[in-house]
Amino acid sequence: MKPAAFDYIRADSSEEVVQFLDQYGDDARILAGGQSLMAALNMRLTQPRVLIDISRAKDLSKMRVSGGVLTVGAAVTQAAVAMIVKNQSDIPMLSQALPHLGHFQTRNRGTVCGSIAHADPSAELPLCLATLGGSVNLRSKRRRRSLPAKDFFQGVLTTARAADEFIESVQFPLAKKQTRYGFWEVSMRHGDFAMAALAAAVSPEGVRLGVGGVADRPWVEEFSGEVRNDLDGALEDLVWKLGARDDQHASARYRRHLVRNLGRKLVAGLNN
Amino acid sequence: MKKLAHAPHTIALRLNGVERSGECEPRTLLSDFLRYRLGATGVHVGCEHGVCGACTVTIDGAAQRSCLTLAVAAEGRDVTTAEGLAPVGEQLSVLQAAFRRHHALQCGYCTPGILMSCTDFLKREANPSESQVREMLSGHLCRCTGYTNIVNAILEAAATINAATAGKDPAGPEVDSQRSDAGSDV
Repeated sequence: MKPAAFDYIRADSSEEVVQFLDQYGDDARILAGGQSLMAALNMRLTQPRVLIDISRAKDLSKMRVSGGVLTVGAAVTQAAVAMIVKNQSDIPMLSQALPHLGHFQTRNRGTVCGSIAHADPSAELPLCLATLGGSVNLRSKRRRRSLPAKDFFQGVLTTARAADEFIESVQFPLAKKQTRYGFWEVSMRHGDFAMAALAAAVSPEGVRLGVGGVADRPWVEEFSGEVRNDLDGALEDLVWKLGARDDQHASARYRRHLVRNLGRKLVAGLNN
Repeated sequence: MKKLAHAPHTIALRLNGVERSGECEPRTLLSDFLRYRLGATGVHVGCEHGVCGACTVTIDGAAQRSCLTLAVAAEGRDVTTAEGLAPVGEQLSVLQAAFRRHHALQCGYCTPGILMSCTDFLKREANPSESQVREMLSGHLCRCTGYTNIVNAILEAAATINAATAGKDPAGPEVDSQRSDAGSDV
């Protein structure tokens, strides 16, 4: 339960980060808050040659609300974002989801972009980003590019990030008028990995329903406003698309059960 | 930019108000550095992947897992462990005394981590509800007590700290005038 040997680099700016990524590529891992990566290092599930610590890079420690989106830099902690959404409540889905995200003690160090980069299928932040239609800003020495969340997440712990790229920031759209937002999940212990997590944005035009912890990535289904007439039927179709699997936390059957029931409660609650 | 190759390096940080330094490799966890280099054995190591909470310390005032933090990443930071809680000598802090009074520990393995989480938590939530306390405690595993006594201890500590803070408030005339009459310097 101790990490294998590596060289440590503390980058002071995003410019330095892309220089080192250009040099080391796949041999390097980015360390921000480390709340997923350190556990993986301790268990030697990953053994990078170089760790690039970005937690003290000043230009990555910024948050900005403008143009209808909240932009969160790579070194911003989940606790800092929780403070912003608690006080301003521009993103009600995030303020509902953040208390489920790990524990108070891990949110103090864990970063928002780190959770997105890790792309655990049961994680709350990738689910919220995908359901809200947010985007991921990637940067390398060569270029900058922005990807919609749906193109970024590609499978279990797998993303569209190239070896020389890192997530410079992510963007969450702010709440839209006439849209209601909800989030709920079921886990063994508060703050543990979700057996199923659901996020919903309900507007007069329709419903965006995100499901985490069941498919190999955050799954977002869009329904028209008519879904209200047969919500159960729509959810039944959805649960069989997710490819739920048995694991040590829950059976596939139980996960489908959770999606049907939580989905109905969440969407019906937001419709009223 | 700072680059440290895989080899021993000297790392300095502030531990419980005292500047300390010791040797460690880049891969050394803060929990091991605190225990084995700096002698802060109040840092308990349980699961080493961030689940159990026994190794929780405060870094710059925020409760964090020392097993999920590299010692080199804590360089120059202000770290507090359970050893830093008692105000003087054998005297217990309000929080520690409440834990003792409520029998909020049996084997004591999880206790230092919980105390450090509470130290941060009570600064943010002066008047926590029971459910807020339980949510904060979800980041800690205690297998002896069933948590009820821990929750009671934390709620009492919060009340005690609040009463003391109210007493020190300049608006509280009794305490204030007594102090200025006596001319004592606290």
